[in-house]
Amino acid sequence: MASNRPKVEDLHLVNLTKSFDDFKAVDNLSLTIPAGSFFALLGPSGCGKTTTLRMVAGLDEPTSGQIKLGPDDITNLPPYKRWVNTVFQSYALFPHLTIYENVAFGLRRQKAENIDDQVKAMLELVELTTQAQKKPQQLSGGQQQRVALARALINEPDVLLLDEPLGALDLKLRRQMQLELKRIQTEVGITFVHVTHDQEEAMTMADTIAVMNEGKIEQLGSPVQIYEHPKTVFVANFLGQTNLFEGTVAGIEGDELVVKVKDTTFYVPLATTDIRSGRIILGVRPEKVKIVDQGKTGLPKNQINGSIKLTAFVGVSTQYEVITNWGQEISAFEQNVDPTDLGRPGQAVTLAWEPRHSFVLNPDDDLSAGLDTSWDE
Amino acid sequence: MFIIKLIREKTLQVFSVLIIVYLMLPLAVIILLSFNKPKGRQNTSWNEFSLDAWTNICRDQTICRAFSTSIQIGLLVTIISTIIGTMISFALIRHRYRGRGTTSLLVFLPLATPEVILGASLLALFLNIFIPLGFWTILLAQITFTISFVVVVVNARLAGMDPKLEQAAMDLYATPLQTFRYITFPIALPGILAAALLSFSLSFDDFIVTTFNSGRIVTFPIYIWGAALRGIPPQVNVIASLMFLGSLLLILVASLISKNRRATKV
Repeated sequence: MASNRPKVEDLHLVNLTKSFDDFKAVDNLSLTIPAGSFFALLGPSGCGKTTTLRMVAGLDEPTSGQIKLGPDDITNLPPYKRWVNTVFQSYALFPHLTIYENVAFGLRRQKAENIDDQVKAMLELVELTTQAQKKPQQLSGGQQQRVALARALINEPDVLLLDEPLGALDLKLRRQMQLELKRIQTEVGITFVHVTHDQEEAMTMADTIAVMNEGKIEQLGSPVQIYEHPKTVFVANFLGQTNLFEGTVAGIEGDELVVKVKDTTFYVPLATTDIRSGRIILGVRPEKVKIVDQGKTGLPKNQINGSIKLTAFVGVSTQYEVITNWGQEISAFEQNVDPTDLGRPGQAVTLAWEPRHSFVLNPDDDLSAGLDTSWDE
Repeated sequence: MFIIKLIREKTLQVFSVLIIVYLMLPLAVIILLSFNKPKGRQNTSWNEFSLDAWTNICRDQTICRAFSTSIQIGLLVTIISTIIGTMISFALIRHRYRGRGTTSLLVFLPLATPEVILGASLLALFLNIFIPLGFWTILLAQITFTISFVVVVVNARLAGMDPKLEQAAMDLYATPLQTFRYITFPIALPGILAAALLSFSLSFDDFIVTTFNSGRIVTFPIYIWGAALRGIPPQVNVIASLMFLGSLLLILVASLISKNRRATKV
């Protein structure tokens, strides 16, 4: 199929807006998704990620803005005229057709040649050759998921859209399918746009993640970038656990910004932020925080004293909740190298981390943004 | 004692058999009396075995003419009400438009209206607009209420159909027409067929609405009603038996096909 069409193109969303009555599901969104990338739209339910996907598929009409595939404006093309295919969350397999016919459906509509060869090759790729003559309801959830993938992939679209494709699978199968999807994407080289609310899934699979909230993109970057250097409180909280400190800038020392939080001083590399004065929100991931007995020396520069409130041994790590003298709870995860040396509740400790492990967030953000939304649905 | 023990152990089986006997007995009597040679006019008590009725079904021409009229009306009613009813159902389930609620209410009204009222008001209507009573008025009258049944049955099937299926088809390069042909229609078909069968049987045995609007046309139920007054000939039993056997055969074929299909699928 691809042979008679030009090469896979970049997908451009330009000032895309979708309003339902007075509610803006997608709000003036602009985005370029490079050809051949595995791109994740990550966000809580209702953040507009599925609406964005449906507009790209042609199933929802944008209120304003443009969708372009390479140089072509596809904003107003009906879904059957776009080189875009979708893997639906509920799979939407045709119940009255066999697995074989489900997979062949797209090729038959395009009057393709060698349909039989292509379908057989595709069924082999997703390891369903023996199930070809069954009906969808006779297959397990994981198998149905693979049929949905094969049915879309066989058309070799410019862009493959995946709407929470693993949402209905159990955890073990989901892990397995994540790696499988990643393998297939690398193999076929088609642009994958993956919508999910599962931050771990997005980080496992995607090259680039766009974190969405209330119809807008909060932050765009590689999984490492957005995890290590979140720009907003929402992103920091939505992707894993975070310790946040609210403080004021006290000055500059060398190439570090000095930040006062209550009676403690923290340092942040100047390069991480443009803020030079006033209110500031600092963050640090729990796994970057070292926990040691008070009075030790040779520690990283950022330090707080406190006492252990809770110790939880979770196997790969030990997770501590520590209370500072101003009453804030801070999490610290210690790798489980020497499990006999667990801290006990009440014990006085010092928490310490390197300045370069801190990140600075938008000072206008609400500190609870993104906290209660990460695991809904 | 033995019987009590048996009942206690096999209550379910016994009750099932009793209920089947209860349901089948009238049919058995009809079939049995089709082989009867009645003594007088009334074919109600067994006299002697005879194949007369079976070998000479159309001896009284009016029976066969009435039967054929009913079949013709039934087929036409089925075709017309299935097509219109299915279209109404698609409109009701698939589209949001002004007047949808009213349409829905109006379509279901004939189901709630007593047939006597429906028949009488249709008669008044036909007389007032000077449509001569006969074949066509029967057709029109029956379609008014069979459409409602078609809509109910097809609605149930369409409401259970995931709209994502059609979106998936369009996503896979099917035009709206192809989406209907390859996805929507095949999935809705069992509901449409059920609706067609229902409207045929409703049409075939309708008596009340039909009598009001039949003029001089005699349908099968009207013939039987008339014959009941002077004595129903055993030929009626023969036709009834044939219809029963016919539907039995259809059910048998249908279950064989679906069994066959299931066997090849796995």
